[in-house]
Amino acid sequence: MPFDTIITRLFPEKLARDKHYRSLIRNMLLTIIIVSLVPMILVSSTLYLQFRHSYKEKVSDHLRELVQKHKQNIDNYLQERLTDIRLMTARYGFERLKEEELLQRNLDLLKEEYEKAFVDLGVVDAQGYQKAYAGPFKLADVYYGDAEWFKDVKQKDHVISDVFLGLRGLPHFIVAVRSEAGGREWILRATIDFVAFNALVQNIRIGETGFAYILNRKGKFQTTPLTQPISPAVIDSSEPPDIWKRMFAESDDVQVFLRKDRAGQEYVYVEAPLKNGEWLLVYQQRASDAFADLNRSFAVTTMIMALGSAAVIIMALALSRRMVMRIAKADEEKHLMDEKVIETGKLASIGELASGVAHEINNPVAIMVEEAGWIGDLLEEEEFQGSKNIEELRRSLAQIKIQGKRCKEITRKLLSFARKTSLSVQDIQINELIDEIVGISAQRAKYAMVEITTRLQEGLPPIRVSLSELQQVMLNLINNALDAMEKKGGKLTLSTRAENGFVVVDVADTGAGIPAANLHRIFDPFFTTKAVGKGTGLGLSICYGIIENMGGRIEVQSTVDVGTTMSVHIPSVESESPAEKPNDHREDNQA
Amino acid sequence: MSLANVLFVDDEVPFVEAMTKRLTRRDLQIIPAHSGDEALKKLKEHAGVEVVILDVKMPGMDGIETLQEIKRQFPLVEVIMLTGHATVESAIDGMKIGAFDYLMKPAEIDTLVAKVTEAAAKKRQHEEKIMQARMKAITTRRA
Repeated sequence: MPFDTIITRLFPEKLARDKHYRSLIRNMLLTIIIVSLVPMILVSSTLYLQFRHSYKEKVSDHLRELVQKHKQNIDNYLQERLTDIRLMTARYGFERLKEEELLQRNLDLLKEEYEKAFVDLGVVDAQGYQKAYAGPFKLADVYYGDAEWFKDVKQKDHVISDVFLGLRGLPHFIVAVRSEAGGREWILRATIDFVAFNALVQNIRIGETGFAYILNRKGKFQTTPLTQPISPAVIDSSEPPDIWKRMFAESDDVQVFLRKDRAGQEYVYVEAPLKNGEWLLVYQQRASDAFADLNRSFAVTTMIMALGSAAVIIMALALSRRMVMRIAKADEEKHLMDEKVIETGKLASIGELASGVAHEINNPVAIMVEEAGWIGDLLEEEEFQGSKNIEELRRSLAQIKIQGKRCKEITRKLLSFARKTSLSVQDIQINELIDEIVGISAQRAKYAMVEITTRLQEGLPPIRVSLSELQQVMLNLINNALDAMEKKGGKLTLSTRAENGFVVVDVADTGAGIPAANLHRIFDPFFTTKAVGKGTGLGLSICYGIIENMGGRIEVQSTVDVGTTMSVHIPSVESESPAEKPNDHREDNQA
Repeated sequence: MSLANVLFVDDEVPFVEAMTKRLTRRDLQIIPAHSGDEALKKLKEHAGVEVVILDVKMPGMDGIETLQEIKRQFPLVEVIMLTGHATVESAIDGMKIGAFDYLMKPAEIDTLVAKVTEAAAKKRQHEEKIMQARMKAITTRRA
């Protein structure tokens, strides 16, 4: 799944694997992307559609107007040619026009006036025989009785024929006018040059692919479409698209519409009727060409949209990454805080319980010890001397006393742990205290084969605490360290430093270390790994309570078989701690 | 003759009984009492009391209040505070008010006896000095 791949690549492994964070990332990403993209897409699409509609309307109107004008030009052209012939007929009549000389002169005049529009002139009698001819071909006495145009002109008084090849074998069309002279019908006909007419029709070119042509009612091309060569064969054989056959019957007005050809290419078609609906003027242009600007603006819009979307997605990824990582960090901190709160609460409630137990147990123990003492006193009486079990009784009493002392020690420690009020506080230089305690512990260290090293930073700020309590804590930590190294010996390093407004004492041993499973329990009261009778499991609980009371904390780092470092942080009196100067450490070794 | 006349004050009756027996055996004259009020009453009745062993934690009038009252009414009588661990601070306060010393419960019997003897000696010494001062005053007046 691509989403998973993206998350795995972009986010830290811990987050990518966690189901909760994965769904958080997914939701964030989707929300940002949807909220940003949907309005953008909607607005852009609406604007584009509106623009497209208007633009197409505008292009259609423009083409319609253009084709309308062009249609008028062509219609005028044909009408003018017809008028020329009609005027000539009225002016000269059959008899005079039969003179080929006059006919030739008139043809020359027309050619001069209209350049190459007229090819030739002919006078045809009612039977269809050409009586006179002026032009480049040898067409005198030609019979036109079977020609389409002749049949048409016999019915109407004039005709403009379709384009055909005829006797000369070249594409042309005929403009003919019928007259009567002395009860006899005769016809004046002129051949209109196809090339000139074709050029006129094609004189409408827009864009790269726009061109015009004319179709007759049978759907045959009357001019050559631009894409094909001007060749009689082509004109004769080319079949126009089927749609034109239908279009003929439908409308007198200029019409614009879009159609696809067989290859799927879309075209804009504009059609207008010519010659009273006998011909159809068609203008054709590729849609892509006609709407080139629209397509360009579509491409630009699409590109902007794509870039915008990419930016939104990148931003969404970056944003969600940043937010989820912050949330994860906050979660982690909260988790740690929760643990600490639970631990503190647990120790506080245990402390209250311990305090109660200690108070209640102390008096009975005192009474027991005193009663045992009284028995001891009595045993000293003469009457018991030499008694059989006197030694056993004495041993038993001694044991009661020992156990009483043990109880006393336990209650004393319990109360120290639970103590809420601190003893008299004073400003203490931690280095002096460490030196003293090292002195006290030196003898024990010697027996345990432990070398004590101190690394004390000079110029530490004083701390304001109870001296006896701090002594108790330090002694306890040192004794624990010595216990941990008792079997094999080792090194005990005591170092002091200032850190963020705290004075820190590190007590590092090279002893057995604390297994990870026990690490979070070491401050719990009565938790001990020492042999029964050797430790009460209260030492570290008391230290914890004392240091917490001072506003400090104890941290522990331990690796099995490498050693343990207990770090005691105590707030210093000065609000600002001096910068740490590692070079100021003085080192002392004491065996 | 006993080493000292002692008033032993503690609300725990069995404790007082055991201690009385043991201390009596060690040549101390013990008058037992089980509350602050009783202690003051017994002090009035027995003028010869030299040392009071006073439990700090008692119902009603506690050790500190009793001590204040004793010191007010019988300034020459020495008081040794006897305390559980929770009341070490109170015992120290007691020292400030004028107690001779304090001991933790359960105390070593010999230590306790030693302290009592010491306190009694101090009291006697004190009385002696006062006596001497008075005598001096009388002889000076006569001279």
